[in-house]
Amino acid sequence: MGDLTHLTVSEALSGLTNKDFTAVELAQAFIDRMEETKNLNAYITETPELALKQAAESDVRYANGTNLPLDGIPVAVKDLFCTNGVQTTAASRILEGFIPPYESTTTQNLWDAGAVMLGKTNLDEFAMGSSNTTSAFGNVINPWRSITQPEADLVPGGSSGGSGAAVAARSAMLATGTDTGGSIRQPASFCGITGIKPTYGRCSRWGVVAFASSLDQAGVFGQNVEDCARMLSAMAGHDPKDSTSAKKDVPDFAASITGSVKGLRVGVPKEYRIDGLSGEIDALWQQGIEWLKSEGAEIVDISLPHTTYALPSYYIIAPAEASSNLARYDGVRYGLRVEGTDINEMYAKTRAQGFGDEVKRRILIGTYVLSAGYYDAYYRKAQRIRRLIQNDFITAYEKCDVILTPTAPSAAFPIGENEDDPVKMYLNDVFTVTVNLAGLPGLSVPAGLDKNGLPLGLQLIGRAWDEATLITAGSVIERCAAFQPLFSKQNHPVAA
Amino acid sequence: MSIDIETTKNIAGLARLDLSELETEGFTEKLNGIMDWIEQLQAVDTDGVEPLAKVNDIETLMRADVVNDGDCRDDVLKNAAESLEGYYVVGKVVE
Repeated sequence: MGDLTHLTVSEALSGLTNKDFTAVELAQAFIDRMEETKNLNAYITETPELALKQAAESDVRYANGTNLPLDGIPVAVKDLFCTNGVQTTAASRILEGFIPPYESTTTQNLWDAGAVMLGKTNLDEFAMGSSNTTSAFGNVINPWRSITQPEADLVPGGSSGGSGAAVAARSAMLATGTDTGGSIRQPASFCGITGIKPTYGRCSRWGVVAFASSLDQAGVFGQNVEDCARMLSAMAGHDPKDSTSAKKDVPDFAASITGSVKGLRVGVPKEYRIDGLSGEIDALWQQGIEWLKSEGAEIVDISLPHTTYALPSYYIIAPAEASSNLARYDGVRYGLRVEGTDINEMYAKTRAQGFGDEVKRRILIGTYVLSAGYYDAYYRKAQRIRRLIQNDFITAYEKCDVILTPTAPSAAFPIGENEDDPVKMYLNDVFTVTVNLAGLPGLSVPAGLDKNGLPLGLQLIGRAWDEATLITAGSVIERCAAFQPLFSKQNHPVAA
Repeated sequence: MSIDIETTKNIAGLARLDLSELETEGFTEKLNGIMDWIEQLQAVDTDGVEPLAKVNDIETLMRADVVNDGDCRDDVLKNAAESLEGYYVVGKVVE
């Protein structure tokens, strides 16, 4: 039977259909793997009983031939998605013990497609971070290790660090993520897996703990492009409960894996060649350009002139929206309450004890930029620059069909690095954040290893609603790169 | 220094965050670092540019004005820090 945790989604589905193994056996293999890799701290809550129950139901469907598109596939859920009857924390003390009486639309879509839930994965608190070091439930350890510094525990990226680490360590076949400024694509790059942040509005935000509502979008992690495509088709779709979700048909994204990029116009933005860009990242980017060119794509030089202003604009817009969204944590309706002498003191003490430093910092910035006298100078200004950034993309897409860039400016770094200066940490998202500001889809595909043997990803950015082209081009890069997933590499044993 | 200690205290009050003196100093320093970095935006010419608040092109859908949710009071109250007879309970607000 081999190790079931190493299978791709399509291999697992055919194994289940052919009765080579049962969904319960598959779920048990992943539950065992979760146990073996517990030291990675990828999960906040494990739900093995639920997984086995769902898997047994799945086996019944296979037996009577009513199996669904993802039937029996074990999935991990970022602990930012509300799950009915299962604790949902957003990795914050302020929500510890919160048990939603409802299910987020996107996770419900996955269960309706037959998927099996393994548990809730760790993340940066309220999805605010790029290293999974702001979680109230401890750091997540990247299963990859540097050849030159094998003793150092590395970050998995963030904010969806637990999801990234779980898929890389094969303690989940697939995982959900959310991406507000790079929180799917950067961890996908750091963990050597594939991640897709779809177009804003492609997936419902209903039941996902809100960070910055005009930027947040749910998405997927998988071992390869096809696994991600299958999961996205199951998760996406219009939801009347989210007025920003789009009433658009969801294609069978896996059908976009045609293997051909002939005639595709691939834009390369000169502004992404930032000062101090590492030679290795630049070389990988060039390699990606060569791969697509050799497969028949046309490479086009493009300009996205406002790129340099994207990150500081984001650090106005995202905290502003967060300060408003997080006002709901008041110690009354759910989560932590710390008593005070009056109601205002109760609020202030609850929030002081419940939120970590990065969350407080962003609430303070957000409150500041929205406060009287600063609104026009900061918030309005940032919204105007956001328009210019979106216009840059509109202009660029007159000349090209898809844009190729590096995903992140570095490979995974040791836990503790970049902690002294928030701005240094924020720079992790320099290549990803423009995509959220413009509401576009983005995909990160693992494309190579750096000199320390750590994975590096390439990012593809598409037109709004054109995830299909990302999947087509992403799978071509995947084939050219012939990237070896972690578990198959003898020189990179999983930390467990 | 665009943000001084008093400003931090003021915004922490608006945001209902109880900060110690030491925390207030620490946040003031970090916030200044971030705001100094953000200041580069003032160099961008945005005259006549319409602010972007809604990123996608989807139209807002209308639906019939009918009640289609609710009747779940007990479910909702399950997560309350304190509840009584179908209500949330907080400390005395009005003397």
